[in-house]
Amino acid sequence: MSRSRNFWLVVIILLIAFSLWVDLSKNISIADPTNDKLLVNLNTDIHLGLDLRGGLQTLLQADVPNCASVDPAELNVTRQILESRANALGVSEVTMQVAGNCRIVAEFPGINNPEQVVAALQQTGLLEFVDMGSNPVPVGTVIKTDYGQTSAAQKPVANGTAQSATTNPNLTATVQPAMTATPLANATPSATAQSSATTTAPVTIYHTVMTGAALDTVAVQTSSVGQYEIAFTLKSSGTQVFSDYTTANVGKYLAIVLDKKVISVPVINSAITGGQGVIQGNFTVDTANALAVQLRYGSLPVPVKVVESETVGPTLGAESVRKSLLAGAIGLTVVILFMGLYYRLPGILADLALVTYTLISLMLFKVIPIFLTLPGIAGFILSIGMAVDANVLIFERLKEELRSGRTLRQAIDLGWSRAWPSIRDSNSSTLITCFILYIFGNTFGASIVKGFSINLALGVVISLFTAIIVTRTYLHLVLDNLKLDEHPNWFGL
Amino acid sequence: MNIIKNRYLYFLISLLVIVPGIIFMAIHWVNNPNEGPLALSIDFRGGSLLEVQFSGTLPSINDIQAVYNQYLSTTGQVLSDAIIQPLGTDSYSITSKQIDDATKGKIVAAMQSKFGGTVTVLNFTSVSASVGAEVTTAAGWAILAAAIFIILYVWWAFRSVEHPVRYGTAAIIAMFHDIFVVLGVEAMLGYFLHWEADSLFLTALLTVIGFSVHDTIVVFDRIRENANIYRRVDYETLVNHSVVQTLDRSINTQLTVMFTLFALALFGGDTTRHFVIILLAGIFSGTYSSIFNASPILVVWQNREWRTWFRRKTEAQPGTAQ
Repeated sequence: MSRSRNFWLVVIILLIAFSLWVDLSKNISIADPTNDKLLVNLNTDIHLGLDLRGGLQTLLQADVPNCASVDPAELNVTRQILESRANALGVSEVTMQVAGNCRIVAEFPGINNPEQVVAALQQTGLLEFVDMGSNPVPVGTVIKTDYGQTSAAQKPVANGTAQSATTNPNLTATVQPAMTATPLANATPSATAQSSATTTAPVTIYHTVMTGAALDTVAVQTSSVGQYEIAFTLKSSGTQVFSDYTTANVGKYLAIVLDKKVISVPVINSAITGGQGVIQGNFTVDTANALAVQLRYGSLPVPVKVVESETVGPTLGAESVRKSLLAGAIGLTVVILFMGLYYRLPGILADLALVTYTLISLMLFKVIPIFLTLPGIAGFILSIGMAVDANVLIFERLKEELRSGRTLRQAIDLGWSRAWPSIRDSNSSTLITCFILYIFGNTFGASIVKGFSINLALGVVISLFTAIIVTRTYLHLVLDNLKLDEHPNWFGL
Repeated sequence: MNIIKNRYLYFLISLLVIVPGIIFMAIHWVNNPNEGPLALSIDFRGGSLLEVQFSGTLPSINDIQAVYNQYLSTTGQVLSDAIIQPLGTDSYSITSKQIDDATKGKIVAAMQSKFGGTVTVLNFTSVSASVGAEVTTAAGWAILAAAIFIILYVWWAFRSVEHPVRYGTAAIIAMFHDIFVVLGVEAMLGYFLHWEADSLFLTALLTVIGFSVHDTIVVFDRIRENANIYRRVDYETLVNHSVVQTLDRSINTQLTVMFTLFALALFGGDTTRHFVIILLAGIFSGTYSSIFNASPILVVWQNREWRTWFRRKTEAQPGTAQ
């Protein structure tokens, strides 16, 4: 018995020390002393959700008549493409998740130009094969091409719609009327931010040989020497163009560009006249597949439309955080006072357990990481109530056992063992509720409900640990060092 | 202390809260046949909410409506029926038919050029009507699914006592009691203060459900334990004894949650106030129903008292099983 208490005491001390370390730091990095390589690099800032931090959240839905007809794999590819597209816009910390059969939740923290982001997401992706001559640019560079440039004033955002309009890239005249372009760009003063971001790349305007619309099939295969490569065939319209170009440019570079961003720069080894070719490079099976997916689905495999959109300005969020924290601190203080005054010594120990609970929760929020939202904070506050509840149940039991004449140590053991079934059953039912809420929130992209259920469930699990193990360890620690049997009033009797 | 003896009084008190709530829901439903029993926010019925702050001169409501009149909703209708409310001293909250992000950008730009100064978007929410309707339906199913799983769990957890299914059912009846209290309070707040049920309201409702069952199970657990100790005692005394034994705990737990919620209501700011008030009502109701409804229902069931309801003069409402 005593040995297991010592074990838990060590566990609790280590846990508190680790939690304090994480809670008080904003970033944790541990370097290997032998070679200065970073072993651990963890961002331990508090992760604020969109409603507190400000930003844009959109719910995208497959633009098809019947949701059941959407292929989950294609939806996932759509998500990947949208994510890379958003990253290309220079938006950081984008999260995108598939929700249910035909929806994608996209979250963009801290952006101030939601109109452009939404417009860019909905455009059709544009895949181009671009003439790089002998001087290739690095993969990832954003470049300018001559494709779709009907006039110098036109913004790159508008070009995306062009792909479906023509299979011959040189016929710029047939580019679809860029109906989305002008009003978007003029909408707000910040509109220029995005277009300037895409033009920070070299001012060189590269020539587009053809677009992804000319591709017929794309497949990953292994070469005779065992390297991964991507085989493609061209539609008849592209065959001649490609044949002419590659014949004239053997040894030069041909960049594959998605939405104006270079994703691969293969060398032309020989003229490709038969409408079939192979892209070679230092591919792993993953990078080869990724490139094949991008070639195949330069345009989105599932068209999407925005069905829900929420933008929160940073001021509102900051105010909410400040006020919620103040309210949380006041609430916690009152609870701590109440427990101490009503239950005396055990109450004070339960308060210490509650502080332990808060430290561990905050540490887990940072490490997992869990994004704190307003409903999430509410779930957390509710779980404080439930954490206290477990202790209240135990202490009421403890008092009953003391009144019926048991010794202190007997009463403590009985208090815990007899309160356990009710703690177990009541918390299990809360976990069941959390689980159903999580499924509901996840299926319908209702991230409010989802965040709430995660926080509440996490709170229930941690509170079980602190109420049952931590408080008890503290109590025995005090018992071992003080002669409490002489002071029944310390237990509120 | 005998709580069980006065059970019909406590059922009556519950009805006195629930019936007015149902009446207010009915009033709203009759006045707004499309919306149902509660005033719904755009989260559920679809539409757009734009909150803007003006740094220059503050335009009038008519000025803002004039700007909205020039734009179209996502379904191509003129935004002529925007609901514009002042928000603090320098901001407006504007609810309208659904507009997309591009239209919102144009509206903000138009306000900026017309009224001068900087127009800051505090908050913009846009929900399509179909999604809103779907979420509402799904929320109903989620509550139903939660109820079924909890009945099954309680049934299983109380399998060692006689009639375990009664415990699950009584817990769920108490849960629906709390749901109706919360819906009723919301309907009254909607009627008098024009509050609308939004997705935070849904979260609050779900929290109340979790708490309600949590509370009820603690009381039931004591009945389960006492049933094994006092085998000779009649059921009514046994239940009453258990309720009284857990009363301290019920009240203390309730108090600690209430403390934190009061702190949130007083200091937590406007964003969460509606949410917190609904939670306060629901959690109070959750504790009430676990003491005064759930356990008495077990006794009513044990005695099969409904056979006598229609012979007595009073307490004859079938709805007493709330």
